[in-house]
Amino acid sequence: MPEQWTLTLRLYRQKANEAPRYDTFTLQVNPDEYVLDAVERVWAFHDRSLCFRHACHHSTCGACGMRVNGVEKLTCITPLRAVTQNGAVLTIEPLRNFPIVSDLVVDMGDLYRKMERVNARAVLPVTEAEIEHPASTWNPEDAQYLRLSDCLECGLCISACPVAATTAAYLGPAPLAAIQDQGMRRHPELLPLADSEDGVWRCHSAFECTAVCPSFVDPARRIMDLRRQVVGAKLRQVFGK
Amino acid sequence: MSKPHVIIIGAGFTGVATAHDLALRGCQVTVVERGDICNGTSGRTHGLLHSGGRYAVKDKESAIECIEENQILRRIVPQVIEPNGGLFIALDDSDLSYAEQFIAGCEECGIPLEELTPQQALTLEPNLNPRLLAAFLIPDATFDPLRLALAFAATARHNGAQFRTYAEVETLLMDGQGNVTGVRILDRAANRHEDLHADMVVNATGAWAGQITAMAGLDAPVHPTPGIMVAYDQRLVQRAVNRLNEPGDGDIVLPQRRMVVVGTTSFTAENVDYIPVTEDQVQLMLERGSELIPAIRNARPRGIYMATRPLVGSGSGRSMARTFKCFDHKETHNIEGLVTITGGKATTMRAMAEKTADVVCAKLGIQTPCTTRETPLLSYRQYYTLSNQEKHYA
Repeated sequence: MPEQWTLTLRLYRQKANEAPRYDTFTLQVNPDEYVLDAVERVWAFHDRSLCFRHACHHSTCGACGMRVNGVEKLTCITPLRAVTQNGAVLTIEPLRNFPIVSDLVVDMGDLYRKMERVNARAVLPVTEAEIEHPASTWNPEDAQYLRLSDCLECGLCISACPVAATTAAYLGPAPLAAIQDQGMRRHPELLPLADSEDGVWRCHSAFECTAVCPSFVDPARRIMDLRRQVVGAKLRQVFGK
Repeated sequence: MSKPHVIIIGAGFTGVATAHDLALRGCQVTVVERGDICNGTSGRTHGLLHSGGRYAVKDKESAIECIEENQILRRIVPQVIEPNGGLFIALDDSDLSYAEQFIAGCEECGIPLEELTPQQALTLEPNLNPRLLAAFLIPDATFDPLRLALAFAATARHNGAQFRTYAEVETLLMDGQGNVTGVRILDRAANRHEDLHADMVVNATGAWAGQITAMAGLDAPVHPTPGIMVAYDQRLVQRAVNRLNEPGDGDIVLPQRRMVVVGTTSFTAENVDYIPVTEDQVQLMLERGSELIPAIRNARPRGIYMATRPLVGSGSGRSMARTFKCFDHKETHNIEGLVTITGGKATTMRAMAEKTADVVCAKLGIQTPCTTRETPLLSYRQYYTLSNQEKHYA
């Protein structure tokens, strides 16, 4: 028999035109299951009105971001054992800095509009992926092989970002990281966006985005690098090189 | 002025692809889905864009569907696909003895096949089991499940389809003579009941199809058949790796972002709203997966989950064909207004939609032919940036 825990889930609830509240559900769980599994159990066995978003259950789609005890998590890969203990209360809330659709579901349209605006790459040559293979281990002909980019567009970085909380105009971590991924030299058309008031200069270097990113994008480092690229691009403009 | 209104129940692969097809053919389309896009089987699919090689020996109808649709999806939705091919590798005498049938089956089904030496295969994929005895390269690919569905949904939405997510069908509306005229939904976000009327209702709920047909008093010949998937935290291969043998447990390893995913198993279940993972199946995936890619033993599980295939027809488990069926319930039970599409697989989603839309259009007297083979899909992100109110009729 797998280990059994008794866990109380405290879930943020909100329906249209109703005041928000928290509902609690006490359930038996296997601590090796994921936070998303516990939420899905609530829907399957306790309350069919619960709304939450999920799809792939293995961190490739980015649909199931939530705040778990106040911290942004991709819930499908967050084992219960890693965030709570037997007999505890686990608070689960929707991502911040997005409008709430219902319960744990937010409207991330703004993020997708920004990702479209910066032409974020959905697929890229395997040779350009920042992955454990050092660049030298690829053969030139491997550039024909493509892979999905690391960014899941899950919105965790936007939820955790203290600057995104102050203005919706800020491009935010994932879109800025997507500009860095393309590079100022190859994509000078993105310079005005990166260099704008709502681009790289609005970042306060809190590094919360990198702390919560579930997919190794490291947006904070990319934003710092993009600042260097922006300065370089502007110098090239001035000196005509 | 009024276009025929078709309600599609379910926003998995079949539902969104059918919405796209019918929107192009001039229908007013409303998709109702109790959760969000792809929350059921489709989201949890392994992510293999089949070349058909897996079915080329015992299920040629599925194999031919797969290779045709593989080529079409590569053309119309490259934004979600890693088009890197796949390998079938032999590790023992049983695998080797399967090779002859495999080659013949692929040739018969029109699946391009290239035999590699073990050394060539290891050059392509250094993490393969170095004891491999034979390898074949075929045009498998991998895809992001949610984005695949979103690209269809985005294009459908652009062409006027309405998506009502978090809207659970409570009952089918009937006309008093047993014919279906719409659905009653619970809008779970607004906590409100609503009746939606339609000229035709398409039941595209996959493994849950029997729950919808039961509302009309009908059985559906769907056999929910779950299987496990285990994602490990290292991208050990760049292309699909299959065991060269009859389909079995844990015999496919796929790359997904910085992971590999091993799948799967096959067992039957009744209530498939929540299928718990069992430790013995996790262990089986490790054993079987590491036969193909030994380094999996050095990786850690990152996500473990169950997905439920909607198999149709007779037989059980692996012996059942993986093709799909579209039922016009006027023909099966003399009930007008309801069409059920189920079975099939992610790779054949577009073909399933074409077949379903053909049936629906014939019933509604629409002559417009299917154009989804040639229509490139919009960016998956546009599903979220377009709203239901913005209509862009072509």
